[in-house]
Amino acid sequence: MKTTPQETKEITILFAGDSGDGMQLTGNQFANTNAFFGNDLATFPNFPAEIRAPIGTVAGVSGFQMKFGSTEIYTPGDQCNVLVAMNAAGLKSSLHNVEPQGTIIINTSGFDKKNLNLAKYNSNPLEDGTLANFRVQLIDISKLTQETLKDSDLGRKETERSKNMFVLGYLYWMFNRNMEGTERFLKLKFGRKPDILDANLKVLKAGYHYGDTTETFTSRYEVKKASLPKGTYRSIMGNQATAIGLIAAAQKAGLQLFYGSYPITPASDILHELAKHKNFGVKTFQAEDEIAAVTACIGAAFGGALATTGSSGPGIAIKGEALGLAVMLEIPLVVVNVQRGGPSTGLPTKTEQSDLMQALFGRNGEAQTVVVAPKTPKDAFETAFEACRLAIEHMVPVMMLSDGYIANGSEPWAFPNSKDLKPIVPQIARAKDYETEPYLPYKRDDNLVRKWAVPGTPGLEHRLGGLEKQDITGDVSYDPDNHQHMVKTRAAKIDRIALSIPLQTIDQGAEKGKLLILAWGSPYGAIKTAVKRLLEQGYDVSHAHLRYLNPFPRNLGDVVKNFDMVLIPEINDGQLDILIRNKFLIPTIRLCKIKGMPFTANEIIEKVKEIYE
Amino acid sequence: MSESTLTAKDFATDQDVRWCPGCGDYSILKQVQSVVAELGRKREDIIFISGIGCSSRFPYYMNTYGMHSIHGRATAIASGLKATRPELDVWIITGDGDSLSIGGNHLIHLLRRNFNVNILLFNNEIYGLTKGQYSPTSQQGKVTKSSPFGVLDHAFNPSAVALGADCSFYARTMDRDPRHLKEVLKRGNEHAGASLIEIYQNCNVFNDGAFFTFTDKETKGGSTLFVEQGQPMTFGENKEFGIKLDGFKPVVVKMNEGHSLNDLWIHDEQDYMKATLLSRMFDVPSEGSMPRPFGVFFSNDRGTYEKALEAQVVEATEALGIGNLDKLISGNHTWEIV
Repeated sequence: MKTTPQETKEITILFAGDSGDGMQLTGNQFANTNAFFGNDLATFPNFPAEIRAPIGTVAGVSGFQMKFGSTEIYTPGDQCNVLVAMNAAGLKSSLHNVEPQGTIIINTSGFDKKNLNLAKYNSNPLEDGTLANFRVQLIDISKLTQETLKDSDLGRKETERSKNMFVLGYLYWMFNRNMEGTERFLKLKFGRKPDILDANLKVLKAGYHYGDTTETFTSRYEVKKASLPKGTYRSIMGNQATAIGLIAAAQKAGLQLFYGSYPITPASDILHELAKHKNFGVKTFQAEDEIAAVTACIGAAFGGALATTGSSGPGIAIKGEALGLAVMLEIPLVVVNVQRGGPSTGLPTKTEQSDLMQALFGRNGEAQTVVVAPKTPKDAFETAFEACRLAIEHMVPVMMLSDGYIANGSEPWAFPNSKDLKPIVPQIARAKDYETEPYLPYKRDDNLVRKWAVPGTPGLEHRLGGLEKQDITGDVSYDPDNHQHMVKTRAAKIDRIALSIPLQTIDQGAEKGKLLILAWGSPYGAIKTAVKRLLEQGYDVSHAHLRYLNPFPRNLGDVVKNFDMVLIPEINDGQLDILIRNKFLIPTIRLCKIKGMPFTANEIIEKVKEIYE
Repeated sequence: MSESTLTAKDFATDQDVRWCPGCGDYSILKQVQSVVAELGRKREDIIFISGIGCSSRFPYYMNTYGMHSIHGRATAIASGLKATRPELDVWIITGDGDSLSIGGNHLIHLLRRNFNVNILLFNNEIYGLTKGQYSPTSQQGKVTKSSPFGVLDHAFNPSAVALGADCSFYARTMDRDPRHLKEVLKRGNEHAGASLIEIYQNCNVFNDGAFFTFTDKETKGGSTLFVEQGQPMTFGENKEFGIKLDGFKPVVVKMNEGHSLNDLWIHDEQDYMKATLLSRMFDVPSEGSMPRPFGVFFSNDRGTYEKALEAQVVEATEALGIGNLDKLISGNHTWEIV
C-alpha cells in the first residue's frame, strides 16, 4: 500500500526515552530541520534533575516536546499528535498526553520484561489493548541499528548509542524533510571520530530508508512552510538569546562585558555561551560561589564594566545582600534569574515563575531594583539588551526574570541588524567636566541618575560604601531626614524610568471589554494561542503582556480599568496578582499552576470559559 | 599633579578618623599613607576596598578611589575589579572576622587565583565593631562577651590558611613596629601577585594586650623571630638564640653553646616547604615556646589571574578575529522567508 501524506497545519510531537537515549539531541535536530524548512515552531525540553537518573524508570524519562506548523506557533503544544517512545517508561510517562488516534512510534526492544518491570507495567501495553485507540508503529529500533552497523568495528555499547539517529531518519521520512542539516551537524560533532560519524550517518539513512521501503502504514504527514513574516531567520534558545543580548548591549555601550557566575541549573548555559565569545572582549568569571559572582560584578561595575551575573532562585537568594549594596552604590548591574521550581533546591530542571516577589522585595531595607521579564526564548535577546540599557543609563541594578521554559525552549527568530539596536549611553563622569567644580558622587540629573566616575579618572577620586549616603556628597550620613530622603530618592529614580519605557499595549483583542488576561513571562505563548482561539469563537477577551514589572508601564492602571474583569495566569501562587491588586485596588481572578510545567493553551481556554459560565 | 610631589598628606581625606583613641589602626593608616606616597603611582589608579569591621573604615581615610563594601566580600569585589581593570593598584583592607570567618571562602580563592592585589589583614583576635565577641583567631579558652566560659573553637592560623591556599606571598608584621610594617607593606606591593600581609593589631578596648608578648620590650626579644631573606634565623634580645633544622623539625639553640651561624636555618622566601614550617611555629607564647616568626615567609612569582585572562582574550581574538556583532546575532545557520 502506497502511503498518502496527510496534510496538516501543525504537529505536536513528543520524544520520550531514557536520559541516556539522546532525546534532547534528537529533538533539537528535528526542530532545527523543521525551522530551516520554513516552519514556525516552539520546543519544550523536559528532563530529570539527575544526570543519569535510574535507567528504564519513569523518573528517568527525558522528554522533548515540540510543535511545528505552517501557521504561527506560540507553544510547544498541548496534546501530542505523535509520540516517540524509546522504552516502556517513556510510554508510561507520556501516553496520557497523546490525542486519541494519535501516532505512537515504539521502539519494541525497550519493552522487554526488564523494561516493563522498571516502568511498573503489570502487563505489556503493546499486547494488552492499552494502545487500541492509537495508531501504533512497532519498530525494533535497537535491532535495526545493530543490523545496520553489523560490519562496524564499534562495540555494541557505542552502536546502541546511535539508535536515536534511526528515529530521526525515520521521522525525516515521515515528514518529508531532508537530512542535510543533521548530516552537517554530525560532521561537525564527530569530525574527529570518523568511525562514530560513519555509524551515525549510516543509521540516520537507515531510518529514512526503513520508512521509505516498509510503507505498511498510512500516517505520513505533510506540514507545509509557514507564512511567517519575510526576513532572515535563525533558531534560538532562551539562554543563548540572553547571552547574545548581553554582548550586544556591551558593544552598543562601548563597555567591556563582565559575567560573574556560579554554575546552577538552568542558568549555566548563559555562562557557557558567553565563555565562547572572548573575542568580543567578554570576560567570564566562574566564581567560588554565588556571592562572589555578584560581588565580583560590583567590583567590575565600579571599574566601569558592564557587569552581569546570572543564576536561579536559590542563587539569587544568597546574592541578596550584595544586590542591596549595588542599590546603595547606584551602579549598573544586570542580574539574570532563570527561575526554577522552589523553594529551596525545589525542582531544578522544571520551570516556575515564583521569584517575582524575591526580585522586587528579596533584600533587606527598601532596596528597589528594576525588574523585567522576557516572554519567549527570542524575546530574551531584546529583554536582556533592555535590562542592560536601563542599568547603564539609570545607574541601577536590573533583574531579568527568565525561567527554565524560556531558557531551554527554542523558536525561529527574525533577528535584528545590530545597527537597528537602540544606542546605550553610559553616564560616565569625565575629568574635563570637573575642572571648575568638584565631582560629587551623588549629585543627580533630572532622572535622578548620578554620574559614574571610574578609577583611573584623575581628580574624581571618591569613596562609596554600603553605609547610608548623604545625598549629593556621598559622605556617610546617619541623619534621619537624609535617610528618608535617600530611600525616597532611590525609589523615585526607579519610578522615573516609567517615563521613558513604552506604554503597555494590548497584544490581542479589544482595548476595552469584559475580560483582560494580564500576564508576564513565559505563559505568553499559551495565552496567545488561547486568546486567538477564544476570539475566533466570539469571546470578549483581550491579552496584555508585561515586560516591565518594576516600574510598571505608566498607563497600566488605565489598561486594567478598561475591563470588567482581569484574569492573571501565573506559574506561581499568585504573585503578580498581589501586586496588581495592591497597586490598582481592583478585584482580579487568579489562575495558578505550580506543577513545574508551563500552561497549556487549553488550561487558559477552560478558565476563560468557566469565567463566562 | 605630578607623581613625585605626592606625600602622605596627599592621601589623607577630609573625613574625621573614627577609630577609638589608642587603636592600632592609626599606626597602620599612617604607614600605608606613607608607603603609597612613595610608590609613585597616580592617586587615581589606586583603589582601597574593604569589607565590614573596624579596619574596614579605612578607605574613607584614603584620598584615592575606594569602596567600603559588605562583610567578607572585599576580596571578591577586588577580584572582579582586577579582572576587568588589571592596570589598577588594588588594596584590600580586612580583619580577622571579615577575611577568615564570613569571607573565608573568597580569601582562599583569591589567593589560589593569584590576582595582583595587596591584602592587609588586620588581626586583633576579636570582634571590635560588634563590641567584643571572639573571632576565628581568638585563642581557645579566651573569655569574651560571647564566650563567658571560654572559647571552644580552635583558633585559625592565618599563615597556614594562606599557604594552604597556595598563596604566592605571605608576610606577618605588627602595628607596634612601624619600621617593619612599612618595609613589609613595600615588599607586598612590589610582589606581582596576591600579597597577604597579616598585621597584628592591638584592640585596646576589647582585646588589649593580645600581642604584648611580641611587642613589649621585655618579652619581645625572646618571643619574636624576624626572618630576612638569605639570613640565618637568630632571635633574642642580643641574638643569643638561633633556629636550627633537625630534619623537618625546627629546634631552638643557644648560640653560646657551640653553634655557629652556619649551622642555622637560612631563610629562603622561595622555599614553600620551609615557609610551611614557619607557619607552624604558632605556639601560644609561653616559657620555652618557639618564637613567633615575622617578616616575609613566602614570595613566589607564578603568574596572575588577570594576566592569564587578558591573554585568553588576545588569543581568542587572534584565533576567531575581532568579534562581529551581526555575525554573532545571526549565528551560523540562517534561512530566508520570502
